Amino acid sequence: MTHVKCLVWDLDNTLWNGTLLEDDRVELVDGVLDTVRALDERGILQSVASKNDADLALRRLTELGVADYFVLPKIGWGPKSDSVREIAEELRFAPEAVAFVDDQPQERAEVEFGLPAVRCYPAEQAVSLAELPEFTPTTVTTDSRRRRRMYQAGFRRDAERAAFRGPDQEFLRSLELEMTIGKATGQELGRVEELTVRTTQMNTTGVFYAEDTLRGMIANPAHEVLTVTITDRFGPYGAVGVVVLDRHPDAWHVKLLATSCRVVSLGAGALVLNWLVNEAERAGVHLLADFRPTERNRIMEVTYRFAGFEDDPCACAGPLPAQDDGVLRLHLTPAPRELSPVIRLTAADLSEPARTSVAS
Amino acid sequence: MTTDQAVDSVPSTISSYLETKAGGPVEHDADLAAAGVLTSMVAMEIVVFLESTFGISIVGRDLKLDNFRTVDSMAALVTRLRENRDNA
Repeated sequence: MTHVKCLVWDLDNTLWNGTLLEDDRVELVDGVLDTVRALDERGILQSVASKNDADLALRRLTELGVADYFVLPKIGWGPKSDSVREIAEELRFAPEAVAFVDDQPQERAEVEFGLPAVRCYPAEQAVSLAELPEFTPTTVTTDSRRRRRMYQAGFRRDAERAAFRGPDQEFLRSLELEMTIGKATGQELGRVEELTVRTTQMNTTGVFYAEDTLRGMIANPAHEVLTVTITDRFGPYGAVGVVVLDRHPDAWHVKLLATSCRVVSLGAGALVLNWLVNEAERAGVHLLADFRPTERNRIMEVTYRFAGFEDDPCACAGPLPAQDDGVLRLHLTPAPRELSPVIRLTAADLSEPARTSVAS
Repeated sequence: MTTDQAVDSVPSTISSYLETKAGGPVEHDADLAAAGVLTSMVAMEIVVFLESTFGISIVGRDLKLDNFRTVDSMAALVTRLRENRDNA
């Protein structure tokens, strides 16, 4: 079963009781606000497809204190299947991940006809949608709870970028980017697991790390699991990267570096590598990094090569098990370097080994 | 004459491409890495651009930053890889 990633609401007699054009004091249907809040907490985005006067409807949503819950609302007089399609496209969601709730059977039929994969629900179900399995994600992470704010920040950022005239570098500088690299905590492992699965273009080895495996690794001082988050003046990007690292006497071995596609244009991967180089230099060890070339992850090879990683063998790799077939083991002798011209970094101290397990 | 033009055209083809990326003029000896232009995204775009424009493939150690630091160093890389290809 595909989980719903965005629910699109009708307004008149669905979100609120009555018809706005006949009564500008319409009130929310009892129980609907609980549904809206519950879905928002779970990271399910919500939008609006309503045949109404846009200014009037948006003003009423604001007066009712719920306007912020809805991203990309479509209010006008065109077919609702067009509105739902536009919302899905702008969010880059497949129609399978979108749902629609409306009191009018003919509106639901029109959406179902135009977009057969979109799941449609009658208004009577609005107050109980949160109980359905398709609205119940398997895990709810910190990023789920702030997903709406991340999208809203993204829309404002994209609009500003589109309007920006000048070198890209100047735009990046204007974002006031801040990256945090920290040792993963138990709570974050769900998101880390997700990043190892979803980042096919930006994943160096394509190895999937299950949450249980990661939990074992953070309890062992020979391993490091690091998470990367980014924010800028528009808001959070959320967790955007993960590094899995093994400590050996003469080298740190990067077994995985994966970053979200959303932050590649910021130079996030290169900054993580530059930081690792400086930390390794302070610790007096070399860096080794495994890379499995695929048809989609060439940009990660470019990131490693541009950071100075090479193929030449080094004695520091002695104690490591041989890599699997098709995996390159790249090597770098660290020397201090500049981190990033546009991103400010706050990072954990890698010279201290990871905390030992608290559990007995 | 024809040969000279072909040689000259490599740097200027590269710099006109980079100017669309940088939003301004790009000197042939300007250090693009120091200017912070070479994010992974831009680097990847440049690699793909050079490969498709000049019919070469850039792999392994040739992908090092020094080969992409300036328009001149990219042009030298293109010239060398084209010669290797033609001599192969």
